[in-house]
Amino acid sequence: MSQRDQLKKARARKRGKIAIILIGLIAIYVWAISGIEFRGIQETAGPVTKNILKGFISPDWSYVYSPDGEDLIRGLLETLAIAIAGIFLSIILAVPVGLWAAKNLSKSFITSQSGKGVLSFFRTLPDIILALLFIKVVGPGAFAGMLALGIGAMGMLGKLYAEEVEAMDPGPVESIAAVGGNKLQQLAFGVIPQVLPGFISATLYRFEINMRSAATLGLIGAGGVGTALIFAIQGRSWDRVGIILIGIVVVVLIVDLLSSALRKRIT
Amino acid sequence: MMDTKLNGPLPAKPSRWPFYFFLIGLFAIVLISAIYIGANPLTFIQNSDNMVDLFVRMFPPAWSYIATTTPAMLETIRMALLGTTIGMVFSIPIMFLCARNIFRLRWLVELSRIGLNVLRTIPDLLLAAIFAAILGFSPLAGIVALSIFSIGIIAKLSFEAIENIDNGPLESMTAVGANKLQWIAFGVVPQILPHFVSYVLYTFEINIRAAAILGLVGAGGIGVFYDRALGFFAYDQVLALILYTLVVVIIIDLISLKIREKLL
Amino acid sequence: MIELNDVSKVYSNGVKGLEDVNLKINKGEFVSIVGLSGAGKSTLLRSINRLIDISSGDIKIDEKSITSASEKQLRMIRRDIGMIFQSFNLVKRSSVLRNVLSGRVAYNNTLRTLLNLFPQKDVDLALKALERVNILDKAYTRSSELSGGQQQRVSIARTLAQEAKIILADEPTASLDPVTTKQVMDDLKKINTEDDVTVIINLHFVDLAKEYSTRIIGLQAGKVVFDGTPEEATSEVFEEIYGRSLKEDELLGEENL
Ligand SMILES: Nc1ncnc2c1ncn2[C@@H]1O[C@H](COP(=O)(O)OP(=O)(O)OP(=O)(O)O)[C@@H](O)[C@H]1O
Ligand SMILES: [Mg+2]
Repeated sequence: MSQRDQLKKARARKRGKIAIILIGLIAIYVWAISGIEFRGIQETAGPVTKNILKGFISPDWSYVYSPDGEDLIRGLLETLAIAIAGIFLSIILAVPVGLWAAKNLSKSFITSQSGKGVLSFFRTLPDIILALLFIKVVGPGAFAGMLALGIGAMGMLGKLYAEEVEAMDPGPVESIAAVGGNKLQQLAFGVIPQVLPGFISATLYRFEINMRSAATLGLIGAGGVGTALIFAIQGRSWDRVGIILIGIVVVVLIVDLLSSALRKRIT
Repeated sequence: MMDTKLNGPLPAKPSRWPFYFFLIGLFAIVLISAIYIGANPLTFIQNSDNMVDLFVRMFPPAWSYIATTTPAMLETIRMALLGTTIGMVFSIPIMFLCARNIFRLRWLVELSRIGLNVLRTIPDLLLAAIFAAILGFSPLAGIVALSIFSIGIIAKLSFEAIENIDNGPLESMTAVGANKLQWIAFGVVPQILPHFVSYVLYTFEINIRAAAILGLVGAGGIGVFYDRALGFFAYDQVLALILYTLVVVIIIDLISLKIREKLL
Repeated sequence: MIELNDVSKVYSNGVKGLEDVNLKINKGEFVSIVGLSGAGKSTLLRSINRLIDISSGDIKIDEKSITSASEKQLRMIRRDIGMIFQSFNLVKRSSVLRNVLSGRVAYNNTLRTLLNLFPQKDVDLALKALERVNILDKAYTRSSELSGGQQQRVSIARTLAQEAKIILADEPTASLDPVTTKQVMDDLKKINTEDDVTVIINLHFVDLAKEYSTRIIGLQAGKVVFDGTPEEATSEVFEEIYGRSLKEDELLGEENL
């Protein structure tokens, strides 16, 4: 009898919980929806959509390559170059900071925590905002974009590196310490060989993200294929928008495929 | 020191050259890339005054700007919330279509996967730029962009989770003669629900960050103010915005993390 | 010579790892340390090369105190002490030769070692060390591709390349099968007699200790409760050390050897 009461009580409590969660969710959505200013869809929405779709079906193939001046291939190459140079910069920055933030490499908790703090600060800074700031420093163009990606990716890469180091086997490091190796030698012989595959895999993963990021940098004037895209959108040349998007999709897809194949081989 | 003369033959030493060539190739690619985009460290050093100037003018942050931009910040949160929700709804059919252990039609599954992969290649900001052109400069463009962007993340993570579920309950559903929908509802859903909710929350965290910058291409939210403050060279306002966004992002991350921990 | 004077170790959680240990181990001895799990065997061994800092007392290696050594002095002392671990502690992704060469890091300047530019005589030494433990043919193989016994021989080769005067071995055979165990123990014994290297070894198997060592030290709750020759170490003594009669798994079993 009492068991049944208990069961009933438990069920009632569970129902109460669900009800509270539901009410909370409803309240949140009411708040969200009522707050959105709905100015109505502009009249041109229909025709523009149709034009975009048309642009996709019959893209401006002539834009792919033109012997002189701006074309898609150059834009995509620039995007790729930004992503590559950017990832290189972030590796250089992220390795030391990642090692600093790994709690099993530093004696005091404060040291590694401060490293983690630096990393999470940079992780929350969007690449685009960094790009806007770097444009102010070095002027608009791909260099600003590369610097933004380099700094922006450091946060994530450093964190992934630190996690990799924290998950390693302390044994080999200890054995280098035991033969009289100093800190640098322990790092080179005990830590780096162990974490290298993980570092490479993390870097490739971030490179996939870099490609996407690099494709957007041009929207705000930091180089790459995004520049052409924003001009095409502003100029309403939808067939060009179509071909640029196709180009981005193809290149990013290829990079994704290569990178994930590589990552699979490494681990 | 011991005598180091070997009695037996030395094993063949593998050549290091392939490795060196690989390294040289890699550096060449990086170098060419850097030259191609005109990445000149000198430019950076020469312009370091700009950098210093920028930093100096950031301080102290214009705290009053936080009050001014709070409605836009709330709009950002709304956009992320609605974008994630709509994305979640659309992810549900897509994730089942992409999972190899749900549908036996190979071509359908592979086609869905290719579609999903293509979708995932388009960055959020590009989507926003396009939808801003279609729908006008409004939060609506941002919401639609975020919805599509969310599908890519939620469906991808979820279908991978579905493929990892335990086969037992599925077999017992088949054994009792359930149809496909019942089979999914009783065999699959209970197993993946916690993961699914967790992925949705994770996507929400990402979307908050994304929504904060969509305004740069006219898709609503606090990003508009970044554009404005930078346009006026009001770096103290920029810093206030960065810090404000940082705090909001961290708070939402923490809440979301707490819920996710409870789920799994 | 290794001297431990009134050595105690209290871990940060209050556990006494070692208590008032006084020992003198002469050059060329083959010392086995036995005791129950948790008796402090690893603590003792790791105190000798200061992988663990002791709480009080002093440890001297060849008249030099390792307890009060500076960073640099410590590295110089450690250079002469080889260590062999139960879990091998090799970098599995590196080649066998590189693992052996890593025993030479303290002999060379840092930059040189970081660039992997070891002097030819170090490489020769490493190769000879591999030959002595019969795995020269594996020199350029990835360590992960070796069997457990082979991996342990790589760590023995490392101590050889290191030209260690003392070898500390913490249950080096615990993850090996009986046949490989015997090979590894034979290797250690050979180095001990041929090169006059002091060997201090933690052992789980009492019969191994009796067969190979010149001296047995029994530990119980961090204290030395027995110190004598294998002949003196009768089954009564072991019962004393272990607080009970020996169990089957504490004997390797003669028929396997
Ligand atoms: N890092 C540590 N922190 C706290 N206590 C520790 C630590 N390392 C060892 N101890 C404790 O010290 C005591 C001695 O440990 P030690 O590892 O030396 O034993 P052992 O004789 O080597 O045992 P085993 O045969 O299991 O390897 C044990 O009670 C152990 O729990
Ligand atoms: Mg032990």
